[in-house]
Amino acid sequence: MAVSPTTSPTSPPGGSSRRLAGGASSSVREDRQRSFEIVRNLTVREVRTQFKRTALGRLWSFINPLVTLAILSVVFGLFLRVPFQPSRNGDLHVFVLFLAAALIPWNFMSGAITAGMNSLVVNSGLLTKVYFPRFVLPMSVILSMTLTFAIEMGVLLVVVGLAGGFEVLLFVPAIAVFMVLISAFAIGIAMSLSIAMVYFRDTQHIMSLFMQLWFYATPIIYPLTLITDDVQQRVDDRGWTVLGQAIPLELIYGLNPAAAFTGAFRTMIYDYAWPTAGQWVICLAWAVASVLVGLLVFRKFSARVVEEL
Amino acid sequence: MSTPAVVVDDVSKSFRVYRDRNQSLKATILRRGRATYEDFWALRDVSLEIPEGGTFGLLGHNGSGKSTMLKCIARILQPNTGTITTRGRVAAMLELGSGFHPELTGRENIYLNGSILGMSKREIDLKLEAIVDFAGIGAFIDQPVKNYSSGMYVRLGFSIAIHVEPDVLLADEILAVGDMQFQEKCREKFAEFRNDGRTVVVVSHGLGEMRSLCDRAAWLDHGTLVDVGKATDIVDEYTETGHAAQEVTDGGMRWGSGEIQVERVELLDAHGQDQRTFRTGDAMTVRLHYVAPGGVDTPVFGASIHTLEGTHLWSHHTRDAGFVPARLQGSGSVDLVVPALPLQPGVFELNTSVVDEQITHDYDQHRRAARFEVMVGAPRESGGPIVLGSRWENFSPPVALVPAGQDVRTATAE
Repeated sequence: MAVSPTTSPTSPPGGSSRRLAGGASSSVREDRQRSFEIVRNLTVREVRTQFKRTALGRLWSFINPLVTLAILSVVFGLFLRVPFQPSRNGDLHVFVLFLAAALIPWNFMSGAITAGMNSLVVNSGLLTKVYFPRFVLPMSVILSMTLTFAIEMGVLLVVVGLAGGFEVLLFVPAIAVFMVLISAFAIGIAMSLSIAMVYFRDTQHIMSLFMQLWFYATPIIYPLTLITDDVQQRVDDRGWTVLGQAIPLELIYGLNPAAAFTGAFRTMIYDYAWPTAGQWVICLAWAVASVLVGLLVFRKFSARVVEEL
Repeated sequence: MSTPAVVVDDVSKSFRVYRDRNQSLKATILRRGRATYEDFWALRDVSLEIPEGGTFGLLGHNGSGKSTMLKCIARILQPNTGTITTRGRVAAMLELGSGFHPELTGRENIYLNGSILGMSKREIDLKLEAIVDFAGIGAFIDQPVKNYSSGMYVRLGFSIAIHVEPDVLLADEILAVGDMQFQEKCREKFAEFRNDGRTVVVVSHGLGEMRSLCDRAAWLDHGTLVDVGKATDIVDEYTETGHAAQEVTDGGMRWGSGEIQVERVELLDAHGQDQRTFRTGDAMTVRLHYVAPGGVDTPVFGASIHTLEGTHLWSHHTRDAGFVPARLQGSGSVDLVVPALPLQPGVFELNTSVVDEQITHDYDQHRRAARFEVMVGAPRESGGPIVLGSRWENFSPPVALVPAGQDVRTATAE
């Protein structure tokens, strides 16, 4: 009946909190395989249950963006007459389509960040009872939303094609790549925020305010040229400065990842143009950076999440 | 001994107990940092090995750290220091059906929950039928689980978990699942598990269950390991120590018209000492001290013994014994003699009563008038509340027996 600490040959010298299971490499592979299965199943769960018990079911995923589009079009297109340019290469000068090309990706991104942010707290019952790699929760909830996103983009492409010519379908491969990038960006942000949410429930309120700010700070209902030409001109005319420097609005807008992503989508879907090398690089950089930060935050904090829930 | 299935090496785990929990940013900023907290050590420098094959029990009071231990092995919690090495697939059954989505059908939930527990899709395809069969939910499998009864819900959860066929199964109080028939199936499944050389680690409060189910056990107390060894030894040691039952502090429940009352109960051992701890086979005399200031004709005294769960084990009253006094006045006492206590180790409660001769009128009923504990004595039998003084005999045809006291498992392996 030995109570003495037993040192077994398989256990590494004490102090380390890392665990080695059997052969470490095989368990990592198994873990990865398993995470893949869980992500897939949870994604399917989200997709299947999203509109359960609603009379209109999946139709809601069209009604929501349509209503938003209608409201914004009437207010900003009709009432306020936002000055927007015609399509550069296509035969289009329709505010709704100008708006939709950026609004649909934005709606996906903001919705995904919000849902992903809540995913750990919402699934606390599961987290405290079963072990599985925690990142699958924000990941699968966002992946499930990509389905709706893809359908919406498909519909948008058909409508744009009917209105301005089906040459827009040429851009589909690039659009798909940018959809992957914006999803990755959202997943990375959501991973960081989901951890923050566990520690501070204020995060959700801060984020709902921030999302509003972010929406208006992104050229979605107005073209970027409105800011870089018109507004910049007025700011300079009035002599507004910060620390004696002119306010570089274009640079500030250039730092907004949402502007980069929605801009790239609008370039393709409304302007019938390939994104510039700069747009490619910036969007890729944002996606990679966001995922890296998300992974780092997760690695550092996810072990203690269960206790803090 | 073969290689252990789980090696717990010098594991400590602390929780933060917040003095004033702040989950808001305002409070955090005001305090310049996170809330002040103290570390509560749920586990402290615990080292133990859980051998492969067989059932291993974790024993201890509430808050002793046994559930924390289980969650650390399951990787739900991560220890502050120390390592836990597990061999093969580990599955935890902490709360059955915890991953179910109410709107999904049973079938869809099997795939979802199965993958969370570590099964691949192909594996689930193969086992689907067996899972449904075992859970006994038949045609309901294509219904959303929100329409399931609570029994069906946990049965399905249990069935999925057990069909993961993990090398190490971690279970928290699981045998309280479903009806008798299903529990029987669960026990069979556990036995099958053991025969396959798999390992079960179980946390339980039921000491009897622990003795009969587990081969080995570890006893934790306030986060430290007290002892680890053969389950029967550990359970006995655990019941012996620091577990002395006391007189019921709340005084139990009492009613009656009160013309005569049992004001005090003594439980006397063979030496006439008032005790609350006896051993199986000990003599016990229950002495009822009565007061009847106004005098009562033909009162009938009674006593009964119940388990803590309230199962009525035995009772005896003076009318059936033909021992009814014509009239009692003032105070006095009467003895009920038990020559050899036929109770298994455990805690029991004694009720007393005084009624009229027709047993229709209650003078004094006292539920839980006294509580006493029985510890291991002689004869020694395996489980349940009572001892029958039974013995095993007559293998036919006769065979050689393993010498008493030797570990049966090692003996058969040789």
